[in-house]
Amino acid sequence: MSKLTRAEVEKVAALARLGLTNDEVEKLQGDLNLILEQWARLAEVDTSSVPASAQTIVQPMPLRDDTPRPSLSADEALQNAPSRSGDFVRVQAILSEEADG
Amino acid sequence: MSADLRRATAAQLRIGYRSGEFTPVEAVETLLAAIVREDEALGAWLHLRGDEVRREAAAAETTYAAARTSGAAALDALPPLLGVPVALKDLVNMIGTPTTAGSKILEGYISPYDATIAARLKAAGALILGKTNMDEFAMGSSTEFSAYRRTVNPWDRERVPGGSSGGSASAVAALHAPLSIGSDTGGSIRQPASLTGITGMKPTYGRVSRYGIVAFASSLDQIGPFARSAQDAALLLHTISGSDPRDATSSATPVDAGLLKLPQGDQAASALKGKRFALPKEYFVAGMEPGVEAAVRAAVAALQSAGAVIDEVSLPTTEHALATYYIVAPAEASANLARYDGIRYGASKHGGGNLLDGYLATRGRGFGPEVRRRIMLGTYALSAGFYDAYYLKAQKVRTLIARDFDRIWAAGYDAIVAPASPSVAWKFGAKMSDPVAMYLADACTIPTNMAGLPGLSTPCGLSEGLPVGLQLIGAPWSEVELLSIAAGYEALSANAPWRDQDPTDLAALGGAA
Repeated sequence: MSKLTRAEVEKVAALARLGLTNDEVEKLQGDLNLILEQWARLAEVDTSSVPASAQTIVQPMPLRDDTPRPSLSADEALQNAPSRSGDFVRVQAILSEEADG
Repeated sequence: MSADLRRATAAQLRIGYRSGEFTPVEAVETLLAAIVREDEALGAWLHLRGDEVRREAAAAETTYAAARTSGAAALDALPPLLGVPVALKDLVNMIGTPTTAGSKILEGYISPYDATIAARLKAAGALILGKTNMDEFAMGSSTEFSAYRRTVNPWDRERVPGGSSGGSASAVAALHAPLSIGSDTGGSIRQPASLTGITGMKPTYGRVSRYGIVAFASSLDQIGPFARSAQDAALLLHTISGSDPRDATSSATPVDAGLLKLPQGDQAASALKGKRFALPKEYFVAGMEPGVEAAVRAAVAALQSAGAVIDEVSLPTTEHALATYYIVAPAEASANLARYDGIRYGASKHGGGNLLDGYLATRGRGFGPEVRRRIMLGTYALSAGFYDAYYLKAQKVRTLIARDFDRIWAAGYDAIVAPASPSVAWKFGAKMSDPVAMYLADACTIPTNMAGLPGLSTPCGLSEGLPVGLQLIGAPWSEVELLSIAAGYEALSANAPWRDQDPTDLAALGGAA
């Protein structure tokens, strides 16, 4: 089992949208490699003829009627928004002018 | 009187309220006074509903008084938990209250809606005292990963209460509430129940709706009760159980009315005769504290003396459950926690730079170290090129874990008896620098979650002055069976010296004492 490099840790952090300091990346690299050693032991288990289980208590999954139901008002839904403009959540511009052009 | 009200179980409160011996206002005032006096030292609570719960208690009192005037039928028709105080782990949304899940990323969040269980508790007349401390997003085994405060174990202020539901466990153990709600993804109800000397149950996956509960690992999370007796745990479980159109994973399996008629005393003890219990050898692992093993084996011997048949069995996949869990749970967590983006709610670091910078800053600073670790693990396990080796492999091993348990039920056993935790409560900081050591704290509880089964921890004595829990694990939907066995064990051990002992540091929590 190969060990995670610092670059790999940084790549995973970017995928997870976690902005980390250099110290945090270094600490995580050590922690993750310790945990991956534990994971590696699963390779010992023969699962060649075993199906995967996403859940083990199997329930029927009924569909509900597609009818309107009461929901939160706009004010209730927006009461926790960090930045609001009228009945909308305000966000940073998603496209730069360069990308627009 | 007030000391008795602190110690009263929910069942005793209901009887006293009906007869008028005492009132919901007296009970709530007694508990609030204890909380105000002791919680600076205990650290169990994140939010108290002081004046609101006082008003609700007064209304409950008026309802009882009117029903008493109308007669027994009117009293019988009252909601089952009317006037009974309950604490909620701070991942249960309740309209108008803060919900932080122990994280800075939800600081200031006010719930705009009720979780289904909050609505059910209100409809049952429960008085919600407040919200309790927890490991951030329920990730931890000691409550030390709360972003807000330290919760101590009332048996020893230098020790952890377990986790992640440490606030709910310590609140009930320290007589701040007769009942509380926890969540159990890998042991977060049973392990703190064991470490604080109370009863805690993780029901079958799907038994309790999770609508409005902050999600950690959705194929594992289940909500359940803490109490100081099996009867009380059953009463609370009955209230929160049942299918919910807002949670497609909740089960249509009928809620067993037996939860309200649990056998008690001699009847419960004599019902143990002829029961068949499986004792899995893999749960007595290397590293288990000798005092814990001794207490659990003594409890098993007591069950045997009461007429139960005990067979040692093997659950061979147990040794792989921990690694399986620490792939599946972080993978699901990394997906569930993607929603904390600083845009719709919660702490936000957007504003400087571009949108991506805002995500990175919000999530990098908003999540604490353990949550970051789990998100990293999960993101890695699900990333391109590693999915088959880790996540898919773990889902296959999960099948083997479930089959181990299936063989036990097929052989006719009524329950598995095992330790709930390999150790008693440990000192603060002892496992904080070693994530693998912290993860091992859940070795006895994790297999149950992987298989979706119900399990509980019931107190079975002390080791070096600290509580030990006996774990009972059952087939799907066997909650009444497990709680009845726990009630039987309570009856068998009713005269044990530790039964009526207050937590050692309880008296010292008030400061001056």
